Amino acid sequence: MIVEKAIKTQPMVIQLGPSHPAMHGTIKIVVELDGEVVTRADVEIGYLHRAFEKHCEEGTYFQAIPYTDRLNYVSPMICNFGYGMGVEKLLGIQVTERCEFIRLIMSEISRVSDHLTSVGASAMELGAMTAFLYMIKAREFFWELIEAACGARVTVAFVRIGGVKADLPEGFGEKARRAISEVRQTLKEVDGLLTKNPIFTDRMQGVGAITTADAVSYGFTGPLLRACGVNYDVRKYQPYHVYDRLNFDVPTGSNGDNYDRYLVRMQEIEQSLRLIEQALAKIPPGPINVDLEGRVMAASEMTDRGKLGDTQGLTDYRAFLSPNLQGMEKSRYQLNNTTDKNVALPPKESVYTSIEGLMNHFKLVMLGHGIRPPQGEVYSAVEGANGEFGFYMVSDGSDRPYRVHVRAPCFPLMAALHRMIEGGMVADIVPTFGSINMIGGELDR
Amino acid sequence: MTAESITIRRLKEAFGSHIRETHAYRGDDTVVIDREALVNVATLLKQDADLEYSFLIDITAVDYLKTDKAPRFEVVYHFFSLPHKQRVRIKVPLAADDLEIDSLVPLWPGANWYEREVYDMFGVRFRGHPNLKRILLYEEFEGHPLRKDYPYNKRQPIVKPGGNI
Repeated sequence: MIVEKAIKTQPMVIQLGPSHPAMHGTIKIVVELDGEVVTRADVEIGYLHRAFEKHCEEGTYFQAIPYTDRLNYVSPMICNFGYGMGVEKLLGIQVTERCEFIRLIMSEISRVSDHLTSVGASAMELGAMTAFLYMIKAREFFWELIEAACGARVTVAFVRIGGVKADLPEGFGEKARRAISEVRQTLKEVDGLLTKNPIFTDRMQGVGAITTADAVSYGFTGPLLRACGVNYDVRKYQPYHVYDRLNFDVPTGSNGDNYDRYLVRMQEIEQSLRLIEQALAKIPPGPINVDLEGRVMAASEMTDRGKLGDTQGLTDYRAFLSPNLQGMEKSRYQLNNTTDKNVALPPKESVYTSIEGLMNHFKLVMLGHGIRPPQGEVYSAVEGANGEFGFYMVSDGSDRPYRVHVRAPCFPLMAALHRMIEGGMVADIVPTFGSINMIGGELDR
Repeated sequence: MTAESITIRRLKEAFGSHIRETHAYRGDDTVVIDREALVNVATLLKQDADLEYSFLIDITAVDYLKTDKAPRFEVVYHFFSLPHKQRVRIKVPLAADDLEIDSLVPLWPGANWYEREVYDMFGVRFRGHPNLKRILLYEEFEGHPLRKDYPYNKRQPIVKPGGNI
């Protein structure tokens, strides 16, 4: 007591970030400290703002696809599909069944790689370097799958409006099963390293907790909400793709603290692996765009009909050509896409060889033509790795989106960050912030 | 056309005169209301036992300058009901010369950042907001970039008057 009176103390304000090794991406937290206890915190965001929504309005519907990769750059496929689904809803079109399966498989692969990164990075920040390296190794297997399917690892741009860029490559199923068994093995190892490790649990249990009522009123979704015991998952509540045809559980926690978030993410990885296995077993085989069957004709016949002026309905046919022609091997990739002529790009073979194909292609890619959804507005949501990832889109009937708004799952989580760290120790900011898995791309847009 | 959803029916019963329009385009329930009714509508959505829209999913706005729609702005709210697995969109039209609307922060603290973003991007002022300042852009930024009359290629580097860079 005497000492306390003799030493004059005052609260100290320090700034964490925007350039700080534990601030993934760039964000600033201004904290007021009483000793080591955080008494107030103010979170500042916006350092990664790059006018995503404004840029979307300036380009055509196609041109926004690469931007959506950069929203959540740890699981870009899910953002891709969210955007694609939004435009498809605006157009009122359906994609093929095989495409739904491909999207589901790639979504789950992305979700696993996102959770692996998130858990690994937050473990590393608590000193568990081994767990991080194991997780990154496991993630590498999944990124190889993504690379095999689309050619890129991060900036994938895999979605096409009405389909996906490419069919799954040869031997994908086998490769995926090998990767899954590797990830399972890693999960077991990491589980052994972390879950009952007192150094880890002491830092995680009871830290960064938020009550269920608060989580709901802040609009939490995803693993953080489920760690509070609410089993909301877009995949279960409003199923898209083919989630309603596959079996999976929605793991939940009870305490809403960092430890439960860790457990929920670890269990979700296992559920995602289950989904991938089921989808690989159930995916419908072969060429997908069944509507084209019987509507293929020899290029010569097509040319003859064109010369005679008999072009009625000719654009619905695909030309059958010599397989030696350049670009021919790409045709099977087209089969993932919808048959809707005013949405999907035609196969290259018909673009190169027929005037109808060329016109079809031209009409879609030229500025001022392109995809023109009817006037209206839609909201479409997918379950991103961090929670509900929604697109609100307004069309004015032109070839450019009138308005695209992204409902990023991180945004409400970050809005409540101060609630999770106030009253705790300054050292607990790092694991709590890590458990949110903030992604600057989707937060700041 | 299927029957009206329970949400639209309940809102029409309770706020008939304040409801300007309803539709369910592509299956999304949408209700356009007067701004005076916003807080009451939101309270009903949250507390009514048949609705229970406990999640405020999103707040954004649209500038309809380039269309013939009047008034110019619309603030758009998305709500989600967990027990009923329902979504609803509430839209509030606002005239350009009177961009003010009640804040929903007292009902949902999560509205705080969403409203700041709408203020930042569109200049809509929220009455009763505890801390209405820019969120994604910096304080010195001039204008509201998601308005349709803001040129998309305009640059605003942070330059202090008289300073070197």
